[in-house]
Amino acid sequence: MLEVSDLHIHLPTRRGMAEAVRGVDFTLARGGTLGLIGESGCGKSLTALALMGLLPEGARATGSIRFEGQELLGQSDRALQRLRGNRIAMVFQEPMTALNPVHPIGHQVAEPLRLHRSLGAAEALRAAVALLDRVGIPDAARRARDYPHQFSGGQRQRITIAMALACGPDLLVADEPTTALDATVQRQILRLIQELVAERGMALLLISHDLGVIAQNVGRMLVMYGGSVVESGPTAEVFSAMRHPYTRGLFAARPRLGQPLGPGQRLPTIAGTVPELADLPAGCPFAGRCAWTQQRCHTERPEATVLHDGHEVRCLRPEAMA
Amino acid sequence: MLCAAMRLFLLKRFATLLATLACTSAVVFLVLEILPGNAAQTLLGPDAAPEAVAALAAQLGLNQSAWQRYLHWIGGLLTGDLGESYAYGAPVLGLLLERLALTVPLALLAMLLATAMALCAGVYAASRHHRLGDVGVMGLAQIGIAIPNFWFAILLILLFSVKLQWFAAGGFPGWSEDAGGGLWPALHALALPALSLAVVQAAILARITRSAVLEVLREDFVRTARAKGLSRRATLWGHVLRNAMVPVVTVMGLQFANLLTGTIVVENVFYLPGLGRLIFQSIANRDLIVVRNCVMLLAAMVVAVNFVVDLLYAAIDPRVQPADV
Amino acid sequence: MSDALRQARRHPAFVLGALLTLALLGAAALSYLWTPGSPFEMDLEAKLLPPGARHWLGTDAYGRDVASLLLVGARSSILAGVIAVGIGLTAGTALGLLAAARRGWVEEGVMRLADFTFAFPAILSAIMLTAVFGPGLGNAIVAIGVFNIPTFARVTRASANAVWAREYVLAARACGKSRWQITWEHVLPNILGVLIVQATIQFALAILAEAALSYLGLGTQPPQPSWGRMLAEAQTLMFQAPLLAVWPGAAIALAVLGLNLLGDGLRDLLDPRLTRAR
Repeated sequence: MLEVSDLHIHLPTRRGMAEAVRGVDFTLARGGTLGLIGESGCGKSLTALALMGLLPEGARATGSIRFEGQELLGQSDRALQRLRGNRIAMVFQEPMTALNPVHPIGHQVAEPLRLHRSLGAAEALRAAVALLDRVGIPDAARRARDYPHQFSGGQRQRITIAMALACGPDLLVADEPTTALDATVQRQILRLIQELVAERGMALLLISHDLGVIAQNVGRMLVMYGGSVVESGPTAEVFSAMRHPYTRGLFAARPRLGQPLGPGQRLPTIAGTVPELADLPAGCPFAGRCAWTQQRCHTERPEATVLHDGHEVRCLRPEAMA
Repeated sequence: MLCAAMRLFLLKRFATLLATLACTSAVVFLVLEILPGNAAQTLLGPDAAPEAVAALAAQLGLNQSAWQRYLHWIGGLLTGDLGESYAYGAPVLGLLLERLALTVPLALLAMLLATAMALCAGVYAASRHHRLGDVGVMGLAQIGIAIPNFWFAILLILLFSVKLQWFAAGGFPGWSEDAGGGLWPALHALALPALSLAVVQAAILARITRSAVLEVLREDFVRTARAKGLSRRATLWGHVLRNAMVPVVTVMGLQFANLLTGTIVVENVFYLPGLGRLIFQSIANRDLIVVRNCVMLLAAMVVAVNFVVDLLYAAIDPRVQPADV
Repeated sequence: MSDALRQARRHPAFVLGALLTLALLGAAALSYLWTPGSPFEMDLEAKLLPPGARHWLGTDAYGRDVASLLLVGARSSILAGVIAVGIGLTAGTALGLLAAARRGWVEEGVMRLADFTFAFPAILSAIMLTAVFGPGLGNAIVAIGVFNIPTFARVTRASANAVWAREYVLAARACGKSRWQITWEHVLPNILGVLIVQATIQFALAILAEAALSYLGLGTQPPQPSWGRMLAEAQTLMFQAPLLAVWPGAAIALAVLGLNLLGDGLRDLLDPRLTRAR
């Protein structure tokens, strides 16, 4: 259903155009779930925005994004508007600011229906109330008249999910939907998304920096670093047999409950910091920070090495991790 | 329907309104009644006979104490008896109402024009941010702010009255048709004055609108709206504008005082028989009773408008709790 | 110096504003030394002449040289601006600093007073004063100046409050410094930028107000030239000499434009944290 090939995104920075996404490929089948994990600045949000055609001003995307056979890159904004909120919907990270403070929530949830299904105001509102009820807003009929500031963060995220589902999209893109929420609320929201995805047969693209979130919620995953996908494959497979040094580093850096560190012990970290976009090495983006760096890592871009079962890694020395 | 907090808020605001009006009247009275000294003397001139002065003084109630005269005036304001104009020999209330029938529509027309122009210009400039359209509109706005409204009025007259002869260079035919006026002739006569007032206001409001819109465009919910499939234009008008209106409305209210004083000047340019010209003619006639009531009226209008703006502020933004304002 | 020039090139509006303001000040200064013709001598033979070699901008109804009238008229405008802003700056800033330093009911009181004065815009106050004391530049300037006070008080209070909340002020208070000392040593220097910017804006407004009042006959009195009054005289001669109405208005507009651009530019330059999204 969704095929992304060789996606490159260039962003205007203070130091000229920099390549923020460098050749990302992936596919997503109807009803499939895919997770995108990486730290801030690795390009995962940009990839998602590119799907919607909502890249920031001045950004340039090249490559191909095919949705149900239709090429999205290069389409006019008007054509993309027909897809947004309709066939492809997105939920964002910050529920506190994602809703317009001067419109009642019922009105906002009903908006995609009025826009894409040409429903009348009353009809759309009825459908919106049903959606709000489904996502767990109590007393939905009455609360549809309330304003966003009258709801908690978790509730607001439920409302944005309701808004995203209004027109029954084929693809739901969730960009760090739970990062800004409390831990208990996180689980509730993720479970809600799971239920809805299963119920409606939607495809899900879930973006997170949290390994735990990815582990429990998606069937396949991509690990991104410095604009490239460094490892990809079925979630279970990647977790049990991770090959890329970065993935290993991420995994090792997780603090674990029940396994306290002894005195003098520190959480393992990945040495160094993510370089600025304009300073990423020409070869493998992880060169320099990787403990197994060789000379050629700085200059040669690694190709994808297929391990097995759809598990791929981009490293010049995959055998080093075996 | 109104909750207790809202009622308290309205009550507090209304009390402030009354207090401000009271203080305003006190100041006006002080400056225009106490300071000038013996009004009767001034009216009749230095060579008048003392008996004539005394007679006039008695007629004008000047032999009462200052307090008595003040309360008498306030009482009159509340009942509608504003005394009689010395120069016109007519009740002041009638005069004021007659003049208001021109000044208020003029001010409203100007505000309407200004708002329409400013919203369009401001939204356009914001949507063309960093491009020529933005710079162009803002440049025009800068010039608009710098132009004195009475000079712009004269330029308009030069172009439309002297050169093109589409409009008269002044005068007002009146609202009623029997006196040779009517709705359209009256509006026709108010067109150039309203335009000259509107341009400066529009320039100021356009800048505020633009920066408010730019601020709101940075908000997350704009991205949400686009993600729902709304076009840029639909997002601007449906989501951004309402949020941007808050600072704009506030400034509009503050600007109303300037607009009113602007009408004083512009009425003089176009020889319109409004409140402004009445003040001037009365100053020339030393008819201080009229001046006093006119000034009070103008000040009261400004205070009332600020009060309304406060209320509007709470109405536009549902997040504003009555306790905050 | 080259650094300043580089800054200047990136802010063309500011440069334009500075040049216009300098031209304004220069015109007034020049008028004391030299004028192309005489603004005071009447020469009825030469009345209402169009622009020419001897009278670059023509003459008015009394044969006076328009260019000279413009130069001398600048004096009234500048005088109005300087004194009015002076009054507002001193009294208003003092009140604002007081309000910020003492908080509580003093602040409430000062702000209520300021709000109240907004009911009397400059022109209205000037009308009241001239109704009582008769017309004249002095009364006009006092009225404009008094109206500046609440504006400066508000701006000062807002900025001063922000400074009072800063940590180094807290530190100074912990050392036992008095409110007066803190105001003088910490608050005032930090709000100077804001005050300067506001002053240029108010200066422009004062020029506009003086022009309006002179136009109405309530400001500068004859024979002292004033741009506003020149416009009033020109209006009566619109059909005979339309150009006469253009020059004084253009002078006012350019002066105000220059000051506004200067103020905006200063605001951008003095606060580097502001992004260029203005």
